[in-house]
Amino acid sequence: MATLQPPPSKRQKRAEIELTSTQQDVAPLLATDLGSGKFCFVDSDGNQLADVVEIDFAQTTEKNLSTLVNTLLERDREDFTPYRFRIHIPGTELIVDQFPTDLLGLLKKHGVTNPFETTITLSAEPQSVFKVHAVSRMAHKITGHGQPILACQFSPVSSSRLATGSGDNTARIWDTDTGTPSQTLKGHTGWVLGVAWSPEGKQIATCSMDKTVRIWDPVSGKCSGEFKGHAKWCLAVAWQPYHLWRDGTARLVSASKDGTARIWVVNTGRTEHVLSGHKGSISCVRWGGLDQIYTGSHDRTIRMWNAEKGTLVHTFTAHGHWINHIALSSDYVLRTGYFDHTKDIPETEEGKKAKAKERFEKAVKINGKVAERFATASDDFTIYLWDPTNNGTKPVARLLGHQNKVNSLAFSPDNSILASAGWDNATKLWNARDGKFLHTLRGHVAPVYQCAFSADSRLLVTSSKDTTLKVWNVRTAKLARDLPGHEDEVYAVDWAPDGNCVGSGGKDKAVRTWKN
Amino acid sequence: MPQNEYIERHRKLHGKRLDHEERTRKKAAREGHKASENAQNLRGLRAKLYAKERHHQKIQMRKQIKQHEERNVKGAAAEKDPSEPIPAYLLDRANPTSAKALSSQIKSKRAEKAARFSVPIPKVKGISEEELFKVVKTGKKTHKKGWKRVVTKPTFVGPDFTRRPVKYERFIRPMGLRYKKANVTHPTLNVTVQLPILGVKKNPSNPLYTQLGVLTKGTIIEVNVSDLGMVTASGKIAWGRYAQITNNPENDGCLNAVLLV
Repeated sequence: MATLQPPPSKRQKRAEIELTSTQQDVAPLLATDLGSGKFCFVDSDGNQLADVVEIDFAQTTEKNLSTLVNTLLERDREDFTPYRFRIHIPGTELIVDQFPTDLLGLLKKHGVTNPFETTITLSAEPQSVFKVHAVSRMAHKITGHGQPILACQFSPVSSSRLATGSGDNTARIWDTDTGTPSQTLKGHTGWVLGVAWSPEGKQIATCSMDKTVRIWDPVSGKCSGEFKGHAKWCLAVAWQPYHLWRDGTARLVSASKDGTARIWVVNTGRTEHVLSGHKGSISCVRWGGLDQIYTGSHDRTIRMWNAEKGTLVHTFTAHGHWINHIALSSDYVLRTGYFDHTKDIPETEEGKKAKAKERFEKAVKINGKVAERFATASDDFTIYLWDPTNNGTKPVARLLGHQNKVNSLAFSPDNSILASAGWDNATKLWNARDGKFLHTLRGHVAPVYQCAFSADSRLLVTSSKDTTLKVWNVRTAKLARDLPGHEDEVYAVDWAPDGNCVGSGGKDKAVRTWKN
Repeated sequence: MPQNEYIERHRKLHGKRLDHEERTRKKAAREGHKASENAQNLRGLRAKLYAKERHHQKIQMRKQIKQHEERNVKGAAAEKDPSEPIPAYLLDRANPTSAKALSSQIKSKRAEKAARFSVPIPKVKGISEEELFKVVKTGKKTHKKGWKRVVTKPTFVGPDFTRRPVKYERFIRPMGLRYKKANVTHPTLNVTVQLPILGVKKNPSNPLYTQLGVLTKGTIIEVNVSDLGMVTASGKIAWGRYAQITNNPENDGCLNAVLLV
């Protein structure tokens, strides 16, 4: 039995009453005068944002600095953008990512003897104005599929519609608000390996083991087109970005095991081009915002094609084994087209295209130039970062560190971080600008299959063979939420573009949605 | 005996015998006959040694043949559709499915209530206390008291067990009948691995036998499956898992069990 404390004596009680009844002097609790330093704010490209200002060290919290930068940029209070700061240690190349509680102490620790007279550079990175809460509970478990779920994607319009492709030869659309099935897309005669919503959210493309691609109307659930032409399994499909749509029709590209990719005109079902040249199965295909198609193949090469003419532009040969996945820095904006967090949608076709284009260009601009980057993951345990616009076929960086095959990649929507998931049970975070290693996220006990960023780039969700989903805080590289609940391997996961919902599916045949 | 390679030296100087090729061919041709003769006629220790050597050779041979066969069929098998649906990024991979433990089929079966408590061997013959325990009659005092027993069946005794003083020890579990490991079969994967025993969960005959750790047919034991890479529902690596003993260990001298999944 625990020892009982004796009751407080009368003197102790009196002293306590006196302490609570009298006004405390708060002056010594406030920070003493620490002195002040000169601060220079730059943006992530290194351009100076405002004049050098002198700030009291006692006031240098991240929130204060963020307000200060907004004020210096003469923004209205409504337009304030939250900023994150990275500290360039004066006199060295060192950059500290995490803003400390005690800035002065940090500077002194790094050997800055007189921080009051040196100018300290802070690079300000704008954060998204909205914040996505980490999903914490299983909102719905929806059964319906008769076989494992192989792919899932949320509609770009809202998080209320989720499409999944399964081994039972159907794709299904689910209403995530109510947790009920919405449509069953029947027609394929083989497993549905991939689903993709068109960027305007009015069509769904599915590709299947039966060598065909089908187009569906998500509202009525009717098949509006079946595209035949591939000689082997159709493994992946990608839509043309919305701002590139011409002649009043969308196009899409499908990749197949037969080593070809085909560009289809959606309205007519005509094959516009056949992109042949790969010697092995094409595992991944992406349609970039500059009207270029990227294909990664088991023949160890990545090829970039001109989508309009169907000609080969570049062949990237650096990987030593199969290419597993390609991620574009513009993936998120291309997928969502003209939808964004403000929810105002232009009324005219031109307005929509202009907005989609403007969003794309804003997202991929580096140093004032539009440069769409892409990263490739391979079985040779490495990742390459490429910038075809500026660097041609030379890689920007080779990202080493994974100890097994790398399966999946994701760029954060704000293009600052690249996440990679691998068979070594780890997820790694890299700086998307220069490919520097940032963090390793450990926690899964089996290969990590897929990863997806939240819309505000602050959270990452990973799905694994160990039957769990895990939500990670990107900034601190800590586990935010562990989400057990699946009964078997989780093959597919997606975070809704508006951040409200995470959808996942796997070998246990039930779709699960996760909410905050 | 010469200590260096005199035959090689001789061959360098004078060349091989004229009939060397023929002799080696004939020798190789007679190898089977020779082996057969040895196998039939050797006696005693030599026969034992010979049999052992031949046994190893045959194992190696089978392994090699199997490897060749696997290599030959690989091309054809890759073209075949995989049996269970898997996502595009897992296609064309030689998936190590053997380590995969909890198949969804078994999981759904367990969800049904009737199957939840079913075990591979539902009924076992009870073992009476007379059969299991032998009364110790040695020594003057024990003889008089007559309460000391020896367990006559195999037992599992934990790693940190120390025997009690002679005066208080009621049940003696003989060292020779103690087991630490069991050959555990995974029912769906049809693989058998030897796993360390963690404890005896239930001996259906008698709760006392469970306490003593008696291993008889039908006993549920807990085995250490951390090597198999199974995961629990919450995504952690499963450590212990139950298995049921399928043989009569006292007859066989080994412990065979089937994993309950």
